Amino acid sequence: MRYREALNAALREEMQRDERVFLMGEDVGVFQGAFKVTAGLLEEFGEKRVRDTPISENTIVGMGVGAAMTGLRPVVELMTINFSLLAMDQIVNHAAHIRYMFGGQVKVPLVVRMPQGAGHQLGPTHSHSFEALYLQVPGLLVAVPSTAADAKGLLKAAIRDDNPVIFIEHEYLYGQRGEVPDDDDHVMRFGQAAIRREGGDVTIVGISRMAVTAQRAADLLASEHDVEAEVIDPRTLRPLDLDTILDSVRKTNRCVVVEEGWPHGGVGANLAALIQEQAFDHLDAPIARVTGADLPMPYSKPLEEIAYPHEPQIVQAVLATFGDV
Amino acid sequence: MADRPLPPPEVAREWLETMTLIRRFEERAGEMYAKAKVGGFLHLAIGEEATIVGSVRALRETDYLISTYRSHGHALARGTEPERVMAELFGKEDGVCRGRGGSMHMFDLPRRFMGGYGIVGGNLPLAAGMALACDYLGTEDATLCQFGDGAANQGTFGETLNLAALWRLPVVFMVTNNQFGMGTSLERHSAVTDLFKRGEGYGVPGIRCDGMDVVDTYETTCEALRQAREERRPVLVEAITYRFRGHSMADPEEYRTKEQVEQWRQRDPLTTFGERLSAEGAVPEQEREEIDRRAIETVDGAVLFAEASPFPAPESLYDDVYVLGDQVQGWYSIDERAAGVQRGEDIGP
Repeated sequence: MRYREALNAALREEMQRDERVFLMGEDVGVFQGAFKVTAGLLEEFGEKRVRDTPISENTIVGMGVGAAMTGLRPVVELMTINFSLLAMDQIVNHAAHIRYMFGGQVKVPLVVRMPQGAGHQLGPTHSHSFEALYLQVPGLLVAVPSTAADAKGLLKAAIRDDNPVIFIEHEYLYGQRGEVPDDDDHVMRFGQAAIRREGGDVTIVGISRMAVTAQRAADLLASEHDVEAEVIDPRTLRPLDLDTILDSVRKTNRCVVVEEGWPHGGVGANLAALIQEQAFDHLDAPIARVTGADLPMPYSKPLEEIAYPHEPQIVQAVLATFGDV
Repeated sequence: MADRPLPPPEVAREWLETMTLIRRFEERAGEMYAKAKVGGFLHLAIGEEATIVGSVRALRETDYLISTYRSHGHALARGTEPERVMAELFGKEDGVCRGRGGSMHMFDLPRRFMGGYGIVGGNLPLAAGMALACDYLGTEDATLCQFGDGAANQGTFGETLNLAALWRLPVVFMVTNNQFGMGTSLERHSAVTDLFKRGEGYGVPGIRCDGMDVVDTYETTCEALRQAREERRPVLVEAITYRFRGHSMADPEEYRTKEQVEQWRQRDPLTTFGERLSAEGAVPEQEREEIDRRAIETVDGAVLFAEASPFPAPESLYDDVYVLGDQVQGWYSIDERAAGVQRGEDIGP
């Protein structure tokens, strides 16, 4: 099953399970979703539950917040994560804060889904990776699934959770296939990292699509450099399964964090701080980061290719932790 | 407008009582701010009592009300205990939001007062979402969304009116036009100053009421809510009013003249309504004095209650950041456990 089909199955199953779950977003209905994640759902559930909206991101999310406060469980789709910046007010000032600032009187069971990522030559307004922005906000849960199975299991968990969830998909991953349990009960829990590959020499933490790239880099490290890397995919950033990462680092004594987003204030910067605070004595080398380039995303293919991480950069960063480069 | 007939005497008296309570509460809140009992920003609604009470009284108990950062009066009109509103201003545990929200963020779920919001225009999408939920769940409830003339220039205004009209949502948008977006006067912030006309282009019919006249505001809001509820379409109501105090307590009011303020004070909604009630025999003059005395007593009690209430305990700092459950088991499960990270409760108050 493809990643997009797994998401579709999650939405369908949760909508069948709970009448209060409904979809809202730009072109989610008649057009079936800009990336076809919502294909067939309008036909099955009708216009009441699959709602095409105007292009009004802040208001779409805000309506989701209001509906969530008054008994519904909205799933809002934003066409790309760059567009979510227009909804930052509703996501941060409202969705994330409402429960706390009103003294716990109300909950906001809202899911905001959106894809991110470079590689399709969409230039500086459609290609970024902003999980670090949302990771910063207390009150939000943040998911970054990298496999079809996780896409389904985490989306179902997100819909059933009573907190606002930022659910970050990836444009590259939509077409990727993976084994997906087809039972309705494939509901995962947030805050449980996956060890994608076991190894004793170095820990590589890959975020979102970079979990996949990191596994390929690990295969190269094994075949070409005799380095056995352990690859960890946190799957959710809030809550974060720091224990699995720390256990691995205590075993390997080296850590490289790979993300597609920007370096400053990024997920890697945050993880590096957390790891050194708690496992400093176990580190044999500084924690390394491989990140997207510190610039707006260029359009031209050769430039775009070198503006976000690929296997060679990860291999190089890992070897550098051994002082071999 | 002023010739709309009065409601039955007991109803009119209750309106006067509530308007008086709001006035006395706001005056006292200002005094408490000056005494540093209240922190942050404090936005008083003195002068806007008729707009508040007239519109809130048009609601059914199960309707939703949502407001702005100038919302003590909305909470009081909806029935929230003055003690708990004052305690919130004091930042105390017994405040409506346990001292988490403060003046700008009142909330009372059982009374379906869905909050005061600190972001100008931020509450319009929420209101439409609440109306969507009412529609979706098949209830007869409507939503009343209050915001100021300043918010009419936010992007959410156009976005929300369009969507509410498109989806035929039972919501009334009420722009409380008090003539200023903070210190910028209406004619300096809006090309079209007849704000009720702004909805037409979005398919939202507009109507204007005298926000200094509680009866006119009530009747106009009732009709707007009827249309929203029965005809399933949003309505925009513009209430023309004026705030006698500054935007907040930190406002030297250099953007308007004393003469203008004085001119509007001639139309003080409390005085004009009270005098009309006496003139028409609904509430005798001595009874109005009694109403005022009781309001002051209530506010005295609210201050005593707020003083006596404890500050929230430091260990409650992280309460309600999340709904806890299987996925989020506690604040620690989400974030840093490192010794190097300063946690709030370690600092103390």
